[in-house]
Parts: sequence; C-alpha cells; structure tokens
Amino acid sequence: MDNFILLIVTILKIILIIVPLLIAVAYLTLAERKVIGSMQARVGPNRVGWRGLAQPFADLFKLLTKEVIVPSSSSRFLFLIAPVLSLAPAFAAWAVVPFSDGLVLADVNAGLLYVLAMTSLGVYGVIIAGWASNSKYAFLGAMRSAAQIVAYEIAMGFALIGVLMMSGSLNLSDIVRAQSGGIGHWFLLPLFPLAVVYFISGVAETNRAPFDVAEGESEIVAGFHVDYSGMAFAVFFLAEYANMIMIAALTAIMFLGGWLSPIDGFGDGFHWFLIKTSLMLFFFLWFRATFPRYRYDQIMRLGWKVFIPVTIVWIAVVGFAIYFNVGPWFQIRSI
Amino acid sequence: MGGALITAGRFIGPSNPNAEKNSPYECGFEAFEDARMKFDVRYYLVAILFIIFDLEIAFLVPWAVVLDSISPAAFGAMALFLFILVIGFIYEWKKGALEWE
Repeated sequence: MDNFILLIVTILKIILIIVPLLIAVAYLTLAERKVIGSMQARVGPNRVGWRGLAQPFADLFKLLTKEVIVPSSSSRFLFLIAPVLSLAPAFAAWAVVPFSDGLVLADVNAGLLYVLAMTSLGVYGVIIAGWASNSKYAFLGAMRSAAQIVAYEIAMGFALIGVLMMSGSLNLSDIVRAQSGGIGHWFLLPLFPLAVVYFISGVAETNRAPFDVAEGESEIVAGFHVDYSGMAFAVFFLAEYANMIMIAALTAIMFLGGWLSPIDGFGDGFHWFLIKTSLMLFFFLWFRATFPRYRYDQIMRLGWKVFIPVTIVWIAVVGFAIYFNVGPWFQIRSI
Repeated sequence: MGGALITAGRFIGPSNPNAEKNSPYECGFEAFEDARMKFDVRYYLVAILFIIFDLEIAFLVPWAVVLDSISPAAFGAMALFLFILVIGFIYEWKKGALEWE
C-alpha cells in the first residue's frame, strides 16, 4: 500500500514537472518568433488570440490534424520510434534538475552523470530518423549531426569536470549550494572559459543556429526530419525545444548559481532559477537572429581545435589552483 | 508520451497515401538510388577519437570529485595522465586527423 501511494505521488510530481515544461516549450516557440521578429524589425505572429498569445496552440492543433506520412521505402518501425527516442531523454533529464532548494524530483548523487548521459542519448533519435527515412538529405543530416554532437560532447564533458572540481560533488543541488555567498561565488567567474565553452557546446548539441547544419534548410532542406510530417514532426520539435530549455537550465545551475540570489541570502528561490534560465534562452534566440550558419569544417575546427585545448588548459589551471589553495575562489570548498 | 502523441496524430490526421506522396523527398525526382550509400570515412574517425576522449572524461570524474582529499602522488599521477593525453592530442593534430577541409 505504501508503495502504491509512493507511486501515485511520484506520478503526480512528474506531471507537475512535465505540464509546465510543455507550456514553456509552447511559449518558447512563440517567444522565438516574437524576439527574432523584433530583431528584424517585424511584428511576429499577432493574429491568434491577444497579440498572438494563442499561436502555439493553433500550431499544435494544425499539426495534430495533419497526416503522418510514412515514406514507402523507409523502415517503418524505426521511422516511427525515432521521434519518441529523441523526446524521451529530453524529458527524462528533468528528473534531477533542482528548481529550488529541495524542490527536485530525484535528489540523486550521480545527478550530473545522469544529465550527461541523457543529453547524449538524444543523438540516437536523430541518427535513427536519418537512417530510417531512407532519403539522402535525411541521411546526410543524421551523419553531420552525429559527428557534431560527438565532437562537442567532449568539450562539454571537460567543462563539467571543472564544475566538479570546484564543487566536489555530482549532486546538482550540492553544486548550487557550493556557489552560495553572492554573485562573486558563482562558478561563472572562476570558470569563465568553461562556462562559455559549455554554453556554446550546448547550442551545438541541440543543433541550434549557428550550428544547425544537421537541418540546414538552405542546403539539405530539413536534414534528418525532412520526411516527417504532422505529429511525428511535432514530437521532434518538442524534443529540440525541451533540450534547449534543459541546456539553459543546466547553465543556470552550474555556472549562475541556480536558485541563489545575486545578493547573499536575499530572496533565494525558484524565481531566480526562472530568471537565469530565461536569460540563457534569450541568448539562444539572439544567436539565431544574429549569426550566419557555420560551415561544417568550421564547426569541427571550433570543436576540436579551439574548445578542447581551452578546456584542457583550464582544467589544469583550476586543478593546480584548488590543490594548492590559491585564493580568492579556490581556497574554501564548502561541502 | 511521445508514442501517445504520434498515435493521436495518426488517428486524428487524415490518411490517404499514394505512391507519389510516399516516395522519399528528392527535389521532385524519383529517387535515383538507395540512400543507404557509402559515406565518408572521416565520420568514423571522429567517432573513434570521441571514444578516446570520452574515456578520459570518465576517468577524470571521480578524481575531480575527491580533489581536496587526495595525496600528492594521486595529484601527480593525474597531471602525468593529462600530459600524456595532451601529447596524444598534439600528435593527432599534427597527423591531420582533425582536418575537415
């Protein structure tokens, strides 16, 4: 009986995370169109509902009533399972994200490893989609996406090593607590190169502009999801935006002090997590409006020849600084 | 949930397939050949290099967590390990394994 109650409570908690996340995804798509519209001196969607606020739901219902086309030469089962495979890890990773002090579904000690594993799993959806479509554009998009995600995964992993050295814990809540004491104690300052590398790698991992060669509308049409339509396409879209919010939230947690207020002990709470995540999401949209797409060899060069050397050097620097207690940041390891 | 969404899409959306609509997209032509063709060996190379570096990361994680309570020997061992890793990295850079013209 106790187990049953625990199950019900856990399911309720999961719904409490998933539903706001879905709404956030819906309004992120609207925010994207509005923000980019403003940056290009356009209005953006403003017809459906008050100032276009119902636009995401109109989009959803349109996609819901469209046919899900399964190409005749595709591998039917893989074709239909691929969007699910890319959505599941995007949502599962949220289980360990601490929204505020103690406000987390699973406060596990290997949280960071779990997140790293889940964000890497998303690439299977892309590869399987590209392979199962049996279309040349989709195949090219999948190959590009796989190599790119794999290259940036390394820089991302090295950036996380720096966070681990500073916090001494894999638990995401502990990582935030290790940054308490005002804005000067956030990992953003001592780990600035790693924070920049992590966020840019995150943009590359989610296949967002300017790293969107996996989709590359003007060269390979839509890349790996060129043959998807209707809800199958919508699920891919959902996964991409959920991943964007995930990367923004993780950057806020690991480098910007999560739920902590910039002034020590003054109004910590969920609202700070929300503000920081929204700020990082705004950067995603800003990048897309500002930068032209990278060429593929430039992406590979940036990943292998710039980010990896930078992160290795900074790991060595931080390692020595912590081991020999160099101030001001590396002396006290609170937890 | 993803499964439920796609199933909903298949039930709610119309379904009137025909041969033209169901052919893979290729600029309005019939597809010339099977899309599962040979592809560039460099993708394999990237994957192999990835495995090496990802193992380094897996090796660094436990070390990073206990950094404040390890002996100088353990610290030196990891410094040596990173040094060897960097030599390997310089080697593959000079060999041109990272070039993508």
